[in-house]
Amino acid sequence: MTVTDQSVDINALKELARSFRLDILDMTTKAASGHPSSSWSCVEILTALYFGGILRYHPDDPWWPERDRFIMSKGHAAPALYAVLAAAGYFSRDLLWTLRQVDSPVQGHPIQGLLPGVEATTGSLGQGLSLGLGHVLGGRLNGLTYRVYVLLGDGECQAGQVWEAAMAAAHFKADNLHAIVDYNKYQETGPISREMALEPFIEKWRGFGWHVEEVDGHDIAALIEVLQAVQQVQGQPSVIIAHTVKGKGVSFVEADYTFHGRALTPEQAARAREELLR
Amino acid sequence: MRLGERAGLKPAKPMRDVFGDALLEVCRRNPRVVVLDGDLGNSTKAETVRHAFPERFFNLGIAESNLVCVGAGLAACGFIPFITSFSSFLLCNAYDQLRLAIALSNINAKVLGSHGGITLGKDGPTQMGIEDLALVGGLPTFVMLVPSDPASMHKAVQAAVDHVGPVWLRSSRVAMPHIYPEDDCPFTIGKANVVRQGSDVTIIGCGIMVAMALDAAAILAEEGIQARVVDMHTLRPMDKETIVAAARETGAIVTAEEHLLTGGMGSNIARIVASTHPVPMRFVGLADTYTESGDPEDLLRKYGLTAEHIAAAAREAVAAKR
Repeated sequence: MTVTDQSVDINALKELARSFRLDILDMTTKAASGHPSSSWSCVEILTALYFGGILRYHPDDPWWPERDRFIMSKGHAAPALYAVLAAAGYFSRDLLWTLRQVDSPVQGHPIQGLLPGVEATTGSLGQGLSLGLGHVLGGRLNGLTYRVYVLLGDGECQAGQVWEAAMAAAHFKADNLHAIVDYNKYQETGPISREMALEPFIEKWRGFGWHVEEVDGHDIAALIEVLQAVQQVQGQPSVIIAHTVKGKGVSFVEADYTFHGRALTPEQAARAREELLR
Repeated sequence: MRLGERAGLKPAKPMRDVFGDALLEVCRRNPRVVVLDGDLGNSTKAETVRHAFPERFFNLGIAESNLVCVGAGLAACGFIPFITSFSSFLLCNAYDQLRLAIALSNINAKVLGSHGGITLGKDGPTQMGIEDLALVGGLPTFVMLVPSDPASMHKAVQAAVDHVGPVWLRSSRVAMPHIYPEDDCPFTIGKANVVRQGSDVTIIGCGIMVAMALDAAAILAEEGIQARVVDMHTLRPMDKETIVAAARETGAIVTAEEHLLTGGMGSNIARIVASTHPVPMRFVGLADTYTESGDPEDLLRKYGLTAEHIAAAAREAVAAKR
């Protein structure tokens, strides 16, 4: 299957996003660990990429050389990636429920080589954009025109390597490299603005030579539109600052950033399920 | 006395120049080989490829973290990247990247850590890779190669390309004399070379210490001690068979490395010897210290890395047999 259909049904995608949120809830609750709130904040971004006609991919031929790449640089959102890849047909949904268990390829953070569709080992933040640039340069040498999408966490953008990669990508005029920042405004220990501010964020990216767009990161139609728009940018890489809500979809998680690195209790999970199904 | 002179070894050009030649050669033979530079191509000599194959050479600037991950991305596209810089900069700036993007991912990338050891000399301890082998030791999927002469450098570079998986290759600024005939030497990853026969003691060296061990063997021969000398060009996987045979057949072992003793080759050999055929052992290497700027020969002498030091260690090990 190659997803290139332009006539996407936004309501169907919203339902799909809802199903991913439920999968993330079930996976992390069963594993009794993980990062549900960081996973929920990027669900619409992944839905738009994989099911909104943006990424070209073949689940039956996962390493098809011409595929577009998606690199989950914020590796702690692995449950979101796994849920989306399973729905896209890369592997059985049954595997989702083995998250974080011994003998499972569904590791707590993504490990390259264990599952089809997982392009990179991530979990130490800051590495994905550089890996993406490597894929861009490799594509040039191979004469291929695929695009490379890298999802960055906002806290991750405090890492120096992100800016090493940003400088290099502009230097190499990597206009098929697209960063998306899941700007949910919280990092592990608190609000970004309090812990280590990123603002003025847009100016930083522009100063490094990037084309910048902003979008509501939970508006699937708007995401698709901006993801299509950045494909037209020439001569410079592009970044989409996606304004999101950490824990999106579950009110008491949205209201409490300390859910960053912990799963919901079974009781909380039941309440979350009710909200997500509303 | 010149290194290798006692043992009758012919002088050669600096190892980094040999690496530059060898890298160019594999680039000629294999179009999938690409080279990444951390703005030190003129020092590592990776610049040979920049001139010959500019489209396959990428200078990523002074940003080792990015350098290593861009290399990993190229490897994921089917290329065979040689990621090149000083070993100290790669390992100390980009250990996290070497760990996740290459070692844990088991990516087919090759890393050239140049300026290993203290023989880079005058630039001083900030540039010296005295802990490189210990740090690569912490990346369990990496094959670790330490060539000892020009022929073995050529073979090591080719072996790195042929091996599928992460390879660390140590290079040096210094010249190492010819241990082997100029165009040839046996080189199988994980199979050490016995370069001198002997039955009283075995000296196991890597890199520059192989030539020095042969010099030491010449000194010891005058005293009636016949030393076997082993070129341990692969530190991982380590050739257990050759080590155990040395313990059984010579009854004493000296290890010699241009590296910290802590976490280096000798400690890994000791683990093998202790758990198979314990014999007296002595260790030549750097004590827990940084060194300083200076002429390489002066540094080797001051910090205990000469043929005389190896010979003294061998005498002790032989005496301990009784």
